[in-house]
Amino acid sequence: MSEAAMQKTDNDVAIQLIGMHKWYGEFHVLRDINLSVERGEKIVVCGPSGSGKSTMIRCINRLEEHQQGQIIVDGIELTNDVKKIDEIRREVGMVFQHFNLFPHLTVLENCTLAPIWVRKIPKEEAEATAMKFLERVKIPEQALKYPGQLSGGQQQRVAIARSLCMNPRIMLFDEPTSALDPEMISEVLDTMISLAEEGMTMICVTHEMGFAKTVADRVIFMDAGEIIEQAPPQEFFDNPQSERTKLFLSQILHNG
Amino acid sequence: MAIVKTERHPELPPPASQTGVVGWLRENLFSNWLSTFLTVISIYVVWQAMSTLINYAIIDATFVGTTREDCTGAGACWVFIKARFGQNMYGFYPEAERWRINVGYVLGAIGLFLVLSDYIKNKKWPAIYLFVIYPVVCYFLFYGGFGLEKVETSQWGGLFLTLVLASVSIFVALPLGIVLALGRRSDMPVVRMVCVGFIELIRGVPLITVLFMASVMLPLFLPEGQNFDKLVRALVGMSLFSAAYMAEVVRGGLQAIPKGQMEAAKSLGLGYWQSMGLIILPQALKISIPSIVNTFIGLFKDTTLVLIIGLLDLLSVIKAGTTDKNWLGMATEGYLFVAAVFWVFCFGMSRYSIWLENKLHTGHKR
Repeated sequence: MSEAAMQKTDNDVAIQLIGMHKWYGEFHVLRDINLSVERGEKIVVCGPSGSGKSTMIRCINRLEEHQQGQIIVDGIELTNDVKKIDEIRREVGMVFQHFNLFPHLTVLENCTLAPIWVRKIPKEEAEATAMKFLERVKIPEQALKYPGQLSGGQQQRVAIARSLCMNPRIMLFDEPTSALDPEMISEVLDTMISLAEEGMTMICVTHEMGFAKTVADRVIFMDAGEIIEQAPPQEFFDNPQSERTKLFLSQILHNG
Repeated sequence: MAIVKTERHPELPPPASQTGVVGWLRENLFSNWLSTFLTVISIYVVWQAMSTLINYAIIDATFVGTTREDCTGAGACWVFIKARFGQNMYGFYPEAERWRINVGYVLGAIGLFLVLSDYIKNKKWPAIYLFVIYPVVCYFLFYGGFGLEKVETSQWGGLFLTLVLASVSIFVALPLGIVLALGRRSDMPVVRMVCVGFIELIRGVPLITVLFMASVMLPLFLPEGQNFDKLVRALVGMSLFSAAYMAEVVRGGLQAIPKGQMEAAKSLGLGYWQSMGLIILPQALKISIPSIVNTFIGLFKDTTLVLIIGLLDLLSVIKAGTTDKNWLGMATEGYLFVAAVFWVFCFGMSRYSIWLENKLHTGHKR
């Protein structure tokens, strides 16, 4: 089974979670997670707070450790092997709710740091790449400023550019718009949409249902540490199957 | 019935009463009767204290002369400091060799200037010079070798010895403190326990006992004939002592860095040492600058404690001078001079730290 899975992974499966469990001490946060993400697929994960959405995607680049089951990213299984962890982290970009830009470095330095130190790319080349991505997220003029001088939306776009500078094959978004002022959400979402259109493999934890409808290939609903339902967005929003999904949708769509 | 504003209100200067010298004075010094009262009282107290000090130390003081007979007795007699100036500065370092210390000072000043100032952006070579080449050069320059006459450390003294003690301890304490702080936060239980044990042990005892142990007890445990220089033992004692304090200061800084910084660094593929060296430590050290400099200043003044193990630092030399029968009764001048010298160095460090904080400020403070 494992070998067959590996075979498939190498070809067109980007991420595979097989029977994955996680505990925080005694607390069983993730229960029997099974998920397979194909290359180029865009997945939106939603669910009430505390349902384990963030924890699940943080397991994919080993910011959290899982205790049981398998996680296979880009054909590499996550174990305690530090080399493999680093290899996966190089290929998987992550965008955080609170941006987590490095405040002591300029925007440009934020973007070139990892390429220079991890990929050993010469400084000039890294800077050229960084400027290319800063242009893509539409803030090249801010390159020499410090993160503290930018608005939340701009900071989050820098964070996206910083991840892209490593040329990741997979991008993870952990509630990227939750900490933003309402008028800044769309500039970040637009960036994410254009990224999706280019065929990036993406997993987004988000409450932006409009984004889910336009971009997602599949919506995943989690509750209390389990994946309750997964379906294409049309089906998910128009015809949810589980009671918990219906309740959740009625609550968030009511407000939205 | 909507109310719509169509024209923008023009930009106006602030009211005149809030600007200018008069405005500032009224706002800050004489805003009400209590503030006026406190202002007047404060000025009076400062004036009284300062005028007495200035009269004693400068206006009525004696500066010219060579012996006690030249002192007028009206104010301070700085002849005492002047007559023994060589000893105050260099201890019993042979007079003919004192140029070596001065050369060391000049080389050190150049290094400090290159590393600490803002004129040179790339600090790599200045740092290598100051932290690698300079200590080696100083060792031979001060102690002897390469054709220079050997000067035993028992002859070192005065301000020179104070500076050696302070700079070596600072130079060792900061990196060692960082390592201990990282060790204390390590995931590896053994490393963590060793670091916690060291820090808590050293922090729990007075510096005097550490110095005393290093100086008196240590030789008892060493094999016959094996002996370290007394100065080296004091240096080791002081460095370890301040490293333990430094570790706690740095740990405080490390704890103030949000967890997200380490996560972002990891998610970009940076390893532990890269994340620490490039992301976490620069930020942690920056916010600890006030406390680090505070520890440095404390350490600088603690060097005077080497007096009890018989090293002749600035304070010891001055103290010895006050018991010289030709200069009895000069204690006030002596201690005032020591205080002034220490104050100049400590105030300098303090100002530098404030300047550095402002320079490193990148606008992310809230």
